[in-house]
Amino acid sequence: MSQFGAGQSQYALAAVLLLIGLYGMLVKTNFARKLMAMNVMQVAVIVFFISLAVRTGGTPPIEIEGAHEVAAAYANPLPHALMLTAIVVSVSTTGVALALLVRIHRRFNTLDESELLDRLRE
Amino acid sequence: MSEHLPILIVLCPLVGALVVPLVARVSLRASRALTVVATLSSLACALAALRMVLDGDDWHYHLGGWAPPWGIEYVVDPLGGGMAVVVALLAALVAIYAGPHLRVYTALRGAAFDSLFLLLTSGLLGITLTGDLFNLYVFLEISSLAAYALLASGGERAVVATFRYLLVGTIAATFYLLGLGYLYALTGTLNMADLAIRLATVPPGSAMTVGVVLIVVGLAVKMAVFPLHGWMPDAYTYAPPPVTMFIAAVMSKVSAYALIRVLFFVLPAGDAVDTARAVLSWVAVAGVLAGSILALAQTDVRRMLAYSSIGQMGYVVLGLSIGNAAALTGALLHVVGHAVAKGCLFGAIGSMPRQTVQAEIAGFAGAARRAPLTMAAFTVAALSLVGMPPTAGFFSKWYLLSGALDADVWVFAAVLMVSSLLSAVYFFRVLEQVYFTESPSPPDPGQASGMPPLSWRVVVPVLTLGAAVLLIGLFNGALVTSVIQPALPEF
Repeated sequence: MSQFGAGQSQYALAAVLLLIGLYGMLVKTNFARKLMAMNVMQVAVIVFFISLAVRTGGTPPIEIEGAHEVAAAYANPLPHALMLTAIVVSVSTTGVALALLVRIHRRFNTLDESELLDRLRE
Repeated sequence: MSEHLPILIVLCPLVGALVVPLVARVSLRASRALTVVATLSSLACALAALRMVLDGDDWHYHLGGWAPPWGIEYVVDPLGGGMAVVVALLAALVAIYAGPHLRVYTALRGAAFDSLFLLLTSGLLGITLTGDLFNLYVFLEISSLAAYALLASGGERAVVATFRYLLVGTIAATFYLLGLGYLYALTGTLNMADLAIRLATVPPGSAMTVGVVLIVVGLAVKMAVFPLHGWMPDAYTYAPPPVTMFIAAVMSKVSAYALIRVLFFVLPAGDAVDTARAVLSWVAVAGVLAGSILALAQTDVRRMLAYSSIGQMGYVVLGLSIGNAAALTGALLHVVGHAVAKGCLFGAIGSMPRQTVQAEIAGFAGAARRAPLTMAAFTVAALSLVGMPPTAGFFSKWYLLSGALDADVWVFAAVLMVSSLLSAVYFFRVLEQVYFTESPSPPDPGQASGMPPLSWRVVVPVLTLGAAVLLIGLFNGALVTSVIQPALPEF
């Protein structure tokens, strides 16, 4: 396990980003801000996974003749592949969310949660 | 062909989702037929695969011929295969049911609806069949994205509810993904079977605990367990009837399935899982009681059913948190029974004229005279949720109750009884209107002819589901011994 990660700082970064994202989604009242916070939260997960792939002194996972023979000398490519998928998911979610926000704004002329709830109660 | 059955279950609706918009440019009728055919063939594949699995061993299908743990595998076992049959059955019935509702749509919107519906179906089927935790995440997001778009098609109020659902759903999925990262860091594998073997040798530590907690919380939020259900009543109330019918029936059940899969088949028994189950049990108790009480307070029937779903999902969580054989049997039987019954209830309500539904409980006065068949099915499904024999709900509650008594948790047994009484109260309020109250204004001939008779496409799916509620109840013994008991983890 000690082979994973060059240091601890990038995990701290991931944790801070995650908390910023969650804070924004729960506390901010503007839907657009909530959406941005959501993206920050998703980036935190990407940082976390990519950090898992780091090997101190490792090389890119490309087979070159005469290069290292042991798997431990290579950076782990799998988390990158997983995060490529996660980025696609994140982009699609953002796309759907933006489409919803456009419809909300056209109808209610606001994206503020409390104002929206007032309008909906009418 | 038959050796590719597991992937065909998912591929049929997925290919359908791609082809339907193209076909709709030529003929909407043909694209509708294609939607029904895609779901029906998926159901046929699921049934065939389940049948073969029940006769023999679990079916491991390696995608692209790559052996696990490197490649992704699909696993058909009694649990996943059974779940796939439930999802595919509901999908096929809703595909038929949606026909008359789509008539008001333009060809483009109708095709978009069908395409998204098929995408949702293939996502949910994928969750039930995949043997890979990351693949499960991808299917979870495919189904969620399709569900957001479908729910939002119900007008402005639905859009606001959907956006809130999107935020909550994304938090849940992100937690799940993060938890998966911890398990991957501990073991270096994402394959469920491989993970189960390797995690058993990993000494328990904080990384494992964090991973377990994140995954369990993520899936529980997807299930809309109390108190994370805020988006659900609004979304169910404003979405188009076929959407509510399908999503209310299967979506939270599939998340429940994923939770059972992860808790009992992937994670090793230990402190982390025990603690997670203990916390879940109290969440479930709160959900069962709060759902039933809030349902009692509603005047809109769809909203009442949404809160009742929160309570009913509480039963499932309760069953898996008690976790002995009887309780798990009850939980799984309840997953099936509730999926069928909720689909039937929302289907019956969706078939009512719009003004009736909006007129809330009082609007159902004399509904039995206007729509005797669908209201009969509604009644059977309602009795099942109350827990009257011989419907499915009675037997699942009976198993849950005996599981709770086996485990000596009397509190849970008491909670089950109380909430059954509460659900009797809120359903009989509606049934009283349906059967014993005269319609306020006797329908004059002109008005009666203004309301077209219900299409067979609406009546047949609702009746099928109503009959299924009874059949699952009557033949619960056969169902339990042939499918559910082989599906249970080894104790």
